[in-house]
Amino acid sequence: MRAAFEGSQAIARAVAMCRPEVIAAYPITPQTHIVEALARLVYDGELEAEIVSVESEFSAASVVLGAAAAGARAYTASASQGILLMAEVLYNIAGMRLPLVLTCANRAVSAPINIWNDHQDAMAVRDAGWIQLFCTDNQEAVDTTVQAFRITQRTEIPVMVCVDGFILTHLFEPIDLPSQEEVDRYLPPFTFARRLDPARPLTLGALVGPGHYTEVRAELAADLEAAKAEIVAADRDWADITGRFCGGLMRAQGPHSARLGILTLGSIYGTLQEAVATRPPPEPVRLMALRCLRPFPVEALREACRGLCDLIVLERAIAPGAGGILANEVRAALYGMPDAPRVHGAVCGLGGRDVPLEILPRLIELARAAEPVWSEIVDLQATPPVPMEGRVR
Amino acid sequence: MTGTQELRRRQPRFLGLEPGHRACQGCGQALAAALVTEAAGPDVILVNATGCLEVFTTPWPQSAWRLPWIHSLFENAAAVAAGVEAALKRQGRPSKVLAFAGDGGTFDIGFRSLSGMIERHHEVLFVCFDNEAYMNTGVQRSSSTPHAAATTTSPAGRKLPGKRHLKKDLLAIVTAHHLPYAATATVAYPGDLMAKVRRGMATEGPAFLLVYSPCPLGWVHDPRDMIAVARLAVETGIFPVVEFERGELVSVLPIREKKPVVEFLRLQGRFAHLLGDDPKALEEREHLQALADANIARFGLLARGEDERDTVSAARVRRGGRIR
Amino acid sequence: MLEIRIHGRGGQGNVVAAYLLAAAAFEGGLYGQAFPAFGAERRGAPVAAFVRCARRVIRQRCQVRTPDALIVQDPTLLAAPETLAGLAPDGVVLVNAGHAEALEPPPGIAPSRWIALPATAIAEKTVRRPIPNTALLGAFFALTGLVPLEALARALRARFPEATAARNRAAAEEASRRVKGGAWRRLVDARGL
Repeated sequence: MRAAFEGSQAIARAVAMCRPEVIAAYPITPQTHIVEALARLVYDGELEAEIVSVESEFSAASVVLGAAAAGARAYTASASQGILLMAEVLYNIAGMRLPLVLTCANRAVSAPINIWNDHQDAMAVRDAGWIQLFCTDNQEAVDTTVQAFRITQRTEIPVMVCVDGFILTHLFEPIDLPSQEEVDRYLPPFTFARRLDPARPLTLGALVGPGHYTEVRAELAADLEAAKAEIVAADRDWADITGRFCGGLMRAQGPHSARLGILTLGSIYGTLQEAVATRPPPEPVRLMALRCLRPFPVEALREACRGLCDLIVLERAIAPGAGGILANEVRAALYGMPDAPRVHGAVCGLGGRDVPLEILPRLIELARAAEPVWSEIVDLQATPPVPMEGRVR
Repeated sequence: MTGTQELRRRQPRFLGLEPGHRACQGCGQALAAALVTEAAGPDVILVNATGCLEVFTTPWPQSAWRLPWIHSLFENAAAVAAGVEAALKRQGRPSKVLAFAGDGGTFDIGFRSLSGMIERHHEVLFVCFDNEAYMNTGVQRSSSTPHAAATTTSPAGRKLPGKRHLKKDLLAIVTAHHLPYAATATVAYPGDLMAKVRRGMATEGPAFLLVYSPCPLGWVHDPRDMIAVARLAVETGIFPVVEFERGELVSVLPIREKKPVVEFLRLQGRFAHLLGDDPKALEEREHLQALADANIARFGLLARGEDERDTVSAARVRRGGRIR
Repeated sequence: MLEIRIHGRGGQGNVVAAYLLAAAAFEGGLYGQAFPAFGAERRGAPVAAFVRCARRVIRQRCQVRTPDALIVQDPTLLAAPETLAGLAPDGVVLVNAGHAEALEPPPGIAPSRWIALPATAIAEKTVRRPIPNTALLGAFFALTGLVPLEALARALRARFPEATAARNRAAAEEASRRVKGGAWRRLVDARGL
């Protein structure tokens, strides 16, 4: 069904169609419309699910952990402070190999407190052992959400679907919603072999000493690597049903002759696509968007960067003291690649700062630097936006 | 004269919260915060949890606070306040520490650190501005939301009409810590509220104040009715105004003229689905009336004859004087 | 592509106006995109929302900086420089105003590109609430001919219960009768729509 939706509403409908059994809800801007829409469906009797309005995000993650461990398909959504507060539980969920889907409505983290979009929250938990998928638009958000439920069930690795807060969650645009029949065809009923059950008592979450811990962690690491194939297969199988493909592990467009590449995450990709199309740069540019951040798609990235002389990594997060987070991961992934491009780290859009079409010429200029740019905030305002007199420091 | 005494002398009515902040028209919390800071005076340090108050008073580069103020996070106002108190104690500084939070930051996500602060007997006056939902994020239910009220996560749906769980009896939980002083107050009785703030300020040890703060936007009522709604909450028994010392009830604000709960419900859109003739609505109205009656019985809220506070305050208001 | 910015105050249904505009465009066979400037504001605060309409997929998700059309729900916002900022040289402005002052465009904007409409009064009569958004949309669609009014009617029915949708449709129709239909058609043609 093609109709115009606010992103959050479409995501909520996609979640509802996946027949979740337990939903944990704790409000945090800009995820609120998702959990509100799900609550409305439950309260109107249109969705048969337990919706647990918890007292904090820590509990939200804990509730879905318990639900999944008990063998139910569970879902929650959060952002920013909520993701950080539930961090301990996120590591726990992945370590216990529980299937779960969580929507992260990407938002900046305190302090300073800021409710608008950037990727600092997802970056903060990128090593928790979750699969992290980023969406460039709301159609991808819907399709990736459905796929996430299948991926997590098959891999027993929890999946975080990242959607830019406000920019996508509050964006109203036409979306093709799948039908319930399509989702049911694609997503099998939820089963979890290790579920808590008196008929077959299992111990989940035992104390593991130095004698065995390494092997358990190695297994998670190996399974995350192996999940790449499952992520691509999930996308292809969904495309077979709906005709819509999200790019598998990453999206790329632009001619083979291009020597300059720009890699980004999330909704900036659409802006860059428009910029390249309507204000063609002086030289051809290859645009890329990572769909999958974890597991990191080293092979796919190297393949996509073949032939490039310069690669700009444009990201909405920063590691104070170490530069761009994604930029450093990309550098590591390309290290040792024959004829690897020079990698330039560009940061923009922190705390929801608008990223206009004019970012493209700025980036092209950046790539002309004599030395590769380690990390530069490309939309830093030269003059402070507020008067400085009277400041204490 | 000390510095703060001098301050008080020159500015008898202390303004801790500057007007011109960005609260909605008719905001109960804004009024409550202004009254609390007026009564508390200038020698305080404020620790403020995430929520409406923090957001509408500090849009950088502006701040409405004339007092030292820190925002930490949502869940830890009491813990951060405990840290400030510990530092002041170590350094022998006499300033009083106040923690401000909404119902979310008190009843729910802030609950753990509140209990810890009280249990360890920190000298902090914790003030909860209770507007009965997560208002800043768009009116989602909290454990403080009254039974059957509609919020965005407990909507008046076809299957489930509003919040299914009772309003958490936080006062009972707090007083179970046997802390020196705990009370409820309301913007409808500002003199009483300010007197209780002063009692909290003078308490050696933890003190807790729960301040009923209507939200016209979230409760869906005319901003002009904010005080009327708050007053009706008291007069129906829905919101008991009481004081506890070390777990024992020591005083109540009596109800002179008891009103039926439906009068309170009628003013607010969040209860609109309870006003119809259908059996479910009727059942919920009876339920809420029973809750109010239970409060009245439990605390002995009905006035026995004239109450001096009530008449004296009312007389002062009629004369146009200040509430003190 | 046509880029529109809608200015109002919190509580005037500014975001809903933007969503309805995009929804109507969609119902009329176009691609419509809408989003609020920052998405979180209190009653009475100045708020802005952005809309883009095109015959093709719209991919950029940045704010509208050079609007082709402005819809101003509250005339007091005209005093703020950001309200009119970036307006295209041939851009148009639709202002909710019932009084003569707002009939005067500022220097640089030709009178033909500046329409004042007493949308709040129309709304109070039809919708029985002082929310001017659907009246302004009715006028906007009549002036631009972007999509037929029926497309807006479908968008209203998709969002509101039947009775509310009907009242808002009446507001839109009443407003559309008060303006010169097609007066801004040339602008829309120039933007490829």
